[in-house]
Formats: sequence, structure tokens, C-alpha cells
Amino acid sequence: MGRFSGFGITFGSMFEAKVTGDYPKTKRPKPERLHGRHVLNRYEDGMEKCIGCELCAGVCPAKCIYVRGADNPPDAPVSPGERYGFVYEINYLRCIHCDLCVEACPTEAITESKLFEFSFTNRQDAIYTKAELVVDDQGRARRQPWELWEGHEDDHTSAWMRATSPSGNAAFTGRVNWSSELGFGTRPAEPRQHVEVPDAEGIAARVDAIHHGEDD
Amino acid sequence: MPWLAIDPLFYDGVDAVDVAVVIVKTVAVFAMLLVGVMFYVWFMRKVIAVMQVRVGPKRAGPFGVLQTFADGTKLFFKEQSIPDAADSTVFRLAPYLSIMPAFLAFAIVPIGGEVWIFGRQTTLQLADPPIGILFLLMMSGIGAYGVLLAGWASGSKYPLLGSVRASAQLLSYEAVMGLSIVTVLVRSNTLQTSSIVAQQEWTGWASIIDWFMFWQQPGEASPARTVGIVLMSVLTFAGLALFLVAALGETNHPPFDLVEAEQELVGGFHTEYTGIRFGIFFLAEFMNYITMSAIVVTLFLGGPAGPPLGIAPENGVINVWLMPMFWFAIKVLFFLFCTVWVRASLPRLRYDQLMNLSWKFLIEGSFLLVMVLGVAVVGLTLGWNLWLVVPASIAAALVVYGLLWLCVPRPGERDEWSELAMAEAGGEG
Repeated sequence: MGRFSGFGITFGSMFEAKVTGDYPKTKRPKPERLHGRHVLNRYEDGMEKCIGCELCAGVCPAKCIYVRGADNPPDAPVSPGERYGFVYEINYLRCIHCDLCVEACPTEAITESKLFEFSFTNRQDAIYTKAELVVDDQGRARRQPWELWEGHEDDHTSAWMRATSPSGNAAFTGRVNWSSELGFGTRPAEPRQHVEVPDAEGIAARVDAIHHGEDD
Repeated sequence: MPWLAIDPLFYDGVDAVDVAVVIVKTVAVFAMLLVGVMFYVWFMRKVIAVMQVRVGPKRAGPFGVLQTFADGTKLFFKEQSIPDAADSTVFRLAPYLSIMPAFLAFAIVPIGGEVWIFGRQTTLQLADPPIGILFLLMMSGIGAYGVLLAGWASGSKYPLLGSVRASAQLLSYEAVMGLSIVTVLVRSNTLQTSSIVAQQEWTGWASIIDWFMFWQQPGEASPARTVGIVLMSVLTFAGLALFLVAALGETNHPPFDLVEAEQELVGGFHTEYTGIRFGIFFLAEFMNYITMSAIVVTLFLGGPAGPPLGIAPENGVINVWLMPMFWFAIKVLFFLFCTVWVRASLPRLRYDQLMNLSWKFLIEGSFLLVMVLGVAVVGLTLGWNLWLVVPASIAAALVVYGLLWLCVPRPGERDEWSELAMAEAGGEG
């Protein structure tokens, strides 16, 4: 009867719990290190974090980031520094979501959210410009018409990746040490992350370590 | 007009109202089959999904019941193409050759008792020809032409391979199906489906063993008769099993869907078909499953016979109209579930396995069945000693089968006949 044992398997599995869910209506929690589309973050005072240094564009293995920096207008500065990202474009037809840009960024301006459900219908929509990437005045990602997400799905911009190497330096690996964000303040540590709030001395020692190129 | 079949509608001539009743019944059966196919495809996808621990279609309509409707609508509006190499006329004709028999075969299935429509008494059955079951075999034979001509007219190699497979497969399994139907016919003594169903009428729970999947004959109770009854029940059950396998083969249902084996033949006979012409093939295929399930129910399970609803009036609408249809639908649904179950459980056979199963086992088995059944029926009537006659007939049949078996080359053995034939044809021995 071996060749008929398949009937038992199919009949038995009718009573098992379903593997598939009610996907677009109810979504499962996403993995904590999921790499979705990027957002360009802002400081709590509304200033943009991006300084137009083009390190992200330089490190990008897919060559999908295009950045042009410009001097901040003195009367209405866009970012706290000298320069700001004047043009910022990411082509999502090329992006491989490796997160190297996030690691390279010295100011934690670019991070990856957990949003990945796009369905654009032309190449123009695939190229996200600065207007689409920069977070809105509440510090939230701007939902594009072709993106399928709602509510608080954009809550977690990739804090994990920033914690593994904030400010692009390995000396900070494993520590929560990122700058505060518009709308969220300083984000709390995520599960299994190490929180360390350094005092002034600690910061000085760390900066010293960075300058001397030593490992922590 | 006795040739018009035995329907009380035609007892006193045919007038406009009779024609209207027939038209209403035709449209109703056609609509029922179409809706039935729609629900069956949805049911199939849902059940297979559940068996594969999935959810299945659920977006179109409540629980996804409108999924098939959406698919069909899409097929209607798709572009239809005809290959340059195709025989255009036959190519267009083939889908209809496939769908019409599928629909017509259902016409002989009684789905309820006698009812009154427009003040006329009639049976809930589209047509009740005296040739009944032969009509079914005829229609499934014509249905084979749809597949055959579709593959041939496509002017393309994969459809042609599919249709060549179809011709051999349908031939092989039709023989088994015809012989297994005999197990019912020797008891019913008629080919007419309404009469076959009437002989399995519901008179109480005990009448379940009167259904043709069991065998019971009125007569004096005696040990010999009991033996005969048990033996006949075993034989009829074997007939039922043979019929089910043959019906799967005849309708190209998995695991016998060699005709359209996706992994080997792209789409088989319907590779070149697009749009609603493909949709018609699809419809015909699923209509055939429903029809075959209905035929099994009619032949072996008493058709619409079932307990009436006790709380409702005996001659009210519920018990005259609805309950027979309800029981009929329940039984058909059971077999439709079984087809889905088979589809989900068994992998497709290889072509030589398909042919071996039919020609080396099923056909011999059904011949044996018909022969032993014939001996037993005559024995019961004439009072033979069945203890002696039946084993003797089985033994004789097995001897003949054994002789045949000796002539068939084993796997790995030299097949001198084929070698000779190939040498004559100029090939390499």
C-alpha cells in the first residue's frame, strides 16, 4: 500500500495550521535587520542630516546613488554643516539593499527602513529623488502612491545597522550611539542591542580613538 | 412517440407548453453545469490549497468563490490567435466538439424525481433515451475527437503528441469503463438511467444496500443466496472501483493527464489555444469531471435517492423538489472531493505505466469481473452451486490470463516479436 500512502498525507495535512497568511491585510512582523527602502533623516530641529559628502555614492556597489552637494545658503541653511545634499537620487531598479551606504554615512543621514512593498510602473517612479527620500515634518517616511504600507510600518528605520557601525566607524560596533531624529528623539535600543550612554570623558576617549585609528 | 423517451411530459402528444418546459429544463441544466464548473474549480483550488497547507484563492468574492468567474472573464477578453500552420476550420471547431459532448452527456443524468412545471408532470432529467448509458459512452467517444482534432489541427508538434496520446489513452480506458458499467447493467436489465435510478429508490435506510454498489436480489433466504449476495457485492464493488479508475482515465484527470502533461508537452493538445477557445477546453474538462461523478452516482449510488426531510410535508416542494436534488448534490460532491483528493495525492503516471495499467490489468480485470458476474447471475437464477461454479470460473479465467502473461515479455527480456517487426520495417534489430 506504499504507493497510496500519499492519500493519508494529503488528508492529514488538511487539518494542519496554514503556512500562508492573509498577506496584504495582515502582515507578519518583519525581521529586525530587514533592508527596505532608504529614508534621509533629519535632526530634531528639522535640519537635514545629509551633508552632501557623496560617501554613500562612492561606496555603493550597484552605483545606484547619485549625490551632488552644495554650500548651505547662509540665511536659510538646510543642514547644520557647511554643505548639504543638493541632489539626492536612488535608483531602486539597481539598488541591492546591501546597506553599505548606511555604514558609510558619517552623519547617519541615510538609513534603510523596513518598507519594501513597491510596485512602480515606470522608470521615473523607480528613481527616488530627495523629495521622496527625506522624512516629513513628523519624521516619518513619505508614502508614495505605489508603495503598499500604512500605519506604523515605517517605525523602524534600520536602527540595527546604525548600531553595528554608527558614524561609519568600527569602534562603535555593538553600541547604541546614534544622533537623535526628528519626531523620534533618540531611539531606544532594540532587542539584543547594547545601550551605552557615554559621558563627556568617554566621548573624548572615543573620538581620540577614532583620530588615532585605533580599535576600541 | 415511444422513441422520444419515457417522460410523462410526452404521454399526450407535444404542444407549445411541452416545448417550453424542455427549453426551460435545458437552460437550467446548462446554467447549473456552468455554475457547477465555476464552483468546482474554486472548490478544487481551495481543497488542494488546504491539503498543501495553503490558503488558496480568497480575494475575488467571499472566500474567493468568484475566482473562476474572474478567470473566465479574463479569458473572454483575451486575444485569440490561430497559428499559421493550423487547419483554421478544424482548429475553431475542436473546442465545441469538446464541450458539447460534456454537456450532452449530463442530459441523461436524473437529478431529481418527478415534478410539475407549468402544470405538466415531468422528470428532473433533460433527456431519458432508452439507450441511456450507451449515450454516455457515445458522448465520451465524441469528446475524444475534440482533443484529437485540436492537437492535429494546431499544426504544431506538442499538440500533435498530446492528441496522439489522447487517442490511445481514451481508447484504452473506454474499454474498461464500458465493461465496468456491465456490472450495473446485468442487474438493472436496462440502459435507461431513469429506470436504473428507480430500481435503487429510497424506501428507508435499509434501501442503501439496495443501491447498485451492493447486490441484493429478492428471493427466499438461504445460505447459498447469502453467499451469492456477498459475492455479488464484492464483484460490484470491484466494478465500482474499476469504473472510478476508468473514469479518471477517460476524463484525462490526474494522475492520467498525460494528454496535457505540462512538464513534457507544454500544454498538450491545447498548447496553441488562447483566450476563450482555451477556456472552452478548460470548461469541458471540468464539466466532464462533474458529469462522470454524476454518472457514478446514478449507476452505483441511487442517484437522487435519499431520506426525505421528515418535518416537511411529504408531497411539498421541499421533499419533491429539493431533497432529491440535495442528496444528488451531496453524493456528487463526495466524488468530486475524491477527484480533488486524487489530484492532490498522486503523481502523474509515465506513459508506459498508463498503458500497462489499462491493457495488462484493468481490461483483464474487468473481463474477469464481467465473466464471473455473468456466471454468478446465471447461477443464482438457475440455482447452481455457486461454491463450485464461481471458483471454477475464476480459475479458468486466471489460467487464460496466465497464458497471456507468459506471452508478454518481461522488462529486460528480449522481445523477439518487436525485433522482428523492426527488422521488417528496416530498422535496427
